[in-house]
Amino acid sequence: MIEIKNISFAYGETPILKNVSFSVGSSESVVVMGPSGSGKSTILRLILGLECPQTGEILVDGKNICHLREKEKQEIRKNIGMVFQDGALFDSMSVWENVGFYLLEHSNLSIDEIGKRAVEMLGFVGLNAKEIMDKLPEQLSGGMQRRVAIGRSLLSTAPKAMLYDEPTTGLDPQSTENVLELISKLNRERQIATIVVTHQITDAIGFAKRFIVIIEGEIAFDGSLEELRDSKDLKVLQFLAPFRLSFNEVLKKEFFNYT
Amino acid sequence: MKHFAYTSQELFIFSVKTFAAIFRRPFYFTETKEQMYLIGIGSLYLVILTGIFAGQGFALAFSNELADFGAKDYLGRIMTIAIVRELGPVLAALMIAARVASGITAEIGAMKSSNQINALKSFGIDPIQKLAVPRLIALMVMVPVLTIFCDAIAIFGGYIIAVFLAHVSGTMYFAAVKERLIFGNLFIGIIKPIVFSFVIAFIACYKGFTAEGGTKGVGKATTESVVLASIVILVVNFFITKLASTYLKGYL
Repeated sequence: MIEIKNISFAYGETPILKNVSFSVGSSESVVVMGPSGSGKSTILRLILGLECPQTGEILVDGKNICHLREKEKQEIRKNIGMVFQDGALFDSMSVWENVGFYLLEHSNLSIDEIGKRAVEMLGFVGLNAKEIMDKLPEQLSGGMQRRVAIGRSLLSTAPKAMLYDEPTTGLDPQSTENVLELISKLNRERQIATIVVTHQITDAIGFAKRFIVIIEGEIAFDGSLEELRDSKDLKVLQFLAPFRLSFNEVLKKEFFNYT
Repeated sequence: MKHFAYTSQELFIFSVKTFAAIFRRPFYFTETKEQMYLIGIGSLYLVILTGIFAGQGFALAFSNELADFGAKDYLGRIMTIAIVRELGPVLAALMIAARVASGITAEIGAMKSSNQINALKSFGIDPIQKLAVPRLIALMVMVPVLTIFCDAIAIFGGYIIAVFLAHVSGTMYFAAVKERLIFGNLFIGIIKPIVFSFVIAFIACYKGFTAEGGTKGVGKATTESVVLASIVILVVNFFITKLASTYLKGYL
């Protein structure tokens, strides 16, 4: 579904990513972790073709997104749902207009029909549609905004891949759990390829089967949770050190869940 | 110098892209109408105030000078030439630049810093088409309309001064005004606001799309947008006047 081959990317003179390669299959779920400023979010922007790497290539469904015209890129993007950091909801539109945005722009459906679908979607992401649909995004809590953003991405053409940029940053524990549960549910039920970028390792641990750690623009680790725990790489150990306690707790929880 | 050349080149490319996008689908009628309302109705009071006081001030200054030569009856002619050709378009454009360019840059800049522009792209929408084109079209329509309002109000302001302070008869004043409302003056008076509307739209949108550095960056871009638009309006005004005085000599 998504293949990243030997990409290097720099903003001006500042290198951000160095020779990064990995691929994500359809229905696979991957967490990309790393300290702030390590280039995690840049990867998502590159996958969407919002930026292009200086070297290497990004293939989405076998097509190099950077070799496409803007119109063709727009077609590819329609198959990828992106949840930006802080939701990136359109602040001058109501909640239902945000959720139904894609249909309002790209379909000939009536306003009533789009409204109906938006209400259904809000229900799907666990929100009380009647209560919030006419509100503006700024009137919602951070967790609600994030869920509206997920709903907005899902109500486009059924996306083949979902990209989440720091989906739980700044949320309280309850909202974090709700958002993570929703992401897991989508990956499980709809078999959507999922990439979650986060620096909140404690949230990421219980979520995916595959973990990629990016440190200083390079892939320092790519493997399972157990392999991550046993990694002897100094950079990875340093990154994991502050989270070691919660890391072990989650592993224990996982163990008891399976037995 | 390098930065100036780079920015000019980027602004030029952006302007060409935005202009070309006018002729591409989809057309955002609702957004365009909304912008026309915001720009037109929102700036009307400002343009009326500017027009009335500029017209009165100008008429007052010139009526005294003309009185010395016994030529007060020419006040209407001078007012028409100065207002329709120069003051009206420039003052209206500067007022609209101050009010509208700042708003456009701040809005687009804030959308950029909160990732809303990227969100638009991720939904397969061209941000230039969706955000810049409606504002450009709205400005292309509303700047000339507002300029006509400004001209009319300024000439009316001159009439008040002419009748009540300079003691010129109203009939004489309007006859002189009518005499100078000729093709050349009207043509310049309508071409200028159209060109100014491009200047305001291109600069304001470009500064919004290229704003960087969060809230502080948006604030900086907003200030730069107003300053740059105002300067470019004055420079472009000079060149249009120069071209008109060369090529439209027989019509003025």
